[in-house]
Amino acid sequence: MAKVLVVTSGKGGVGKTTSTAALGAALAQTGQNVVVVDFDVGLRNLDLVMGAERRVVFDLINVIQGDAKLSQALIRDKRIETLSILPASQTRDKDALTAEGVARVMQELREKFDWVICDSPAGIERGAQLAMYHADHAIVVTNPEVSSVRDSDRIIGMLDSTTEKAKGGGKIEKHLLLTRYDPARAARGEMLRIEDVLEILSIPLLGIIPESEEVLRASNLGAPVTLSSPDSPPARAYAEAARRLEGEKLEITVPTERKGLLARLFKGKS
Amino acid sequence: MSLFGSLFGRATKTSAPVARDRLQILLAHERTGEGYESDLLSKLQAEILQVIKRHIPVDQEKVQVKLDRGNSVSMLEIDIEVPQIRTPGHP
Ligand SMILES: Nc1ncnc2c1ncn2[C@@H]1O[C@H](COP(=O)(O)OP(=O)(O)O)[C@@H](O)[C@H]1O
Ligand SMILES: [Mg+2]
Repeated sequence: MAKVLVVTSGKGGVGKTTSTAALGAALAQTGQNVVVVDFDVGLRNLDLVMGAERRVVFDLINVIQGDAKLSQALIRDKRIETLSILPASQTRDKDALTAEGVARVMQELREKFDWVICDSPAGIERGAQLAMYHADHAIVVTNPEVSSVRDSDRIIGMLDSTTEKAKGGGKIEKHLLLTRYDPARAARGEMLRIEDVLEILSIPLLGIIPESEEVLRASNLGAPVTLSSPDSPPARAYAEAARRLEGEKLEITVPTERKGLLARLFKGKS
Repeated sequence: MSLFGSLFGRATKTSAPVARDRLQILLAHERTGEGYESDLLSKLQAEILQVIKRHIPVDQEKVQVKLDRGNSVSMLEIDIEVPQIRTPGHP
């Protein structure tokens, strides 16, 4: 049975698109069929982060409006055969994203893939609501910072009230993904502590992704960080988060640079 | 190569030019009107399909339009899945 996952946060710039690409690639690498879907109409970015921007022909709205079949809009990743991307429209009006249209496309995606990962736009408006509506699981991307935690709390409330699952009396499975975590600043007491964020939001932790320049490098190159530098701390953190999504029980750690001088200087022993 | 680059990382040093090239190609296409480009592509696809349909039965789903945008030229690739054609007398 296909699983539909929404990557959401309320706040912008916290790492939703980065996480969608990295988790999508990590799941697809285990041989499962994965599609990553960009819901950010007008500001699409997932195509760039995935390095597929030169190959976009049709998009989600073309499919909804019947200008193209789903199979024609899906772009197959060049590195991982089982990974596809469905781009958002850059030019169309947001209103073209209709609830019925999205429902139809999601149903068709469920039939084709094992994992459907929806990259939500920022905010709590229509776009974000449509992205989460059909989800079975939600990944709430949060930075250890007050406004991000507040927005996440708001989004968690919406996940429990305005989604299809919630309306049917069910419960969406929620996971917290703490991103852009800086162990050095945390050690100096300059960032919200992980325990505090967990206590405030009280949803299970899926992983902690450290702040890393490898993420910038990955987006420059147009490759999910799990592919561009698989041994880097953020890539290992994403790979482990993906395994937890598949049900593995792994202890949660913050991966560090394997032999990095800087990491050793800051971390002391670990 | 700048001292900054050599000190602070292979990361930004080798990936930034790739980022610049990718953006240049993408933005050149977006500025000339992506709407225009995708309209052209769906028109091309529909008309090519019409011509083919005159000769063989194919449905829209079996037509894949692939594009690779480039700096000065782009590659447009149209894959059409042609069903086995049975000639009369050979069932
Ligand atoms: N773990 C990380 N380390 C460093 N930079 C990150 C990390 N995660 C995300 N970023 C950067 O933060 C910015 C916003 O990320 P993005 O994934 O686009 O967020 P969103 O989709 O939530 O708006 C991007 O420039 C991205 O490269
Ligand atoms: Mg985004």
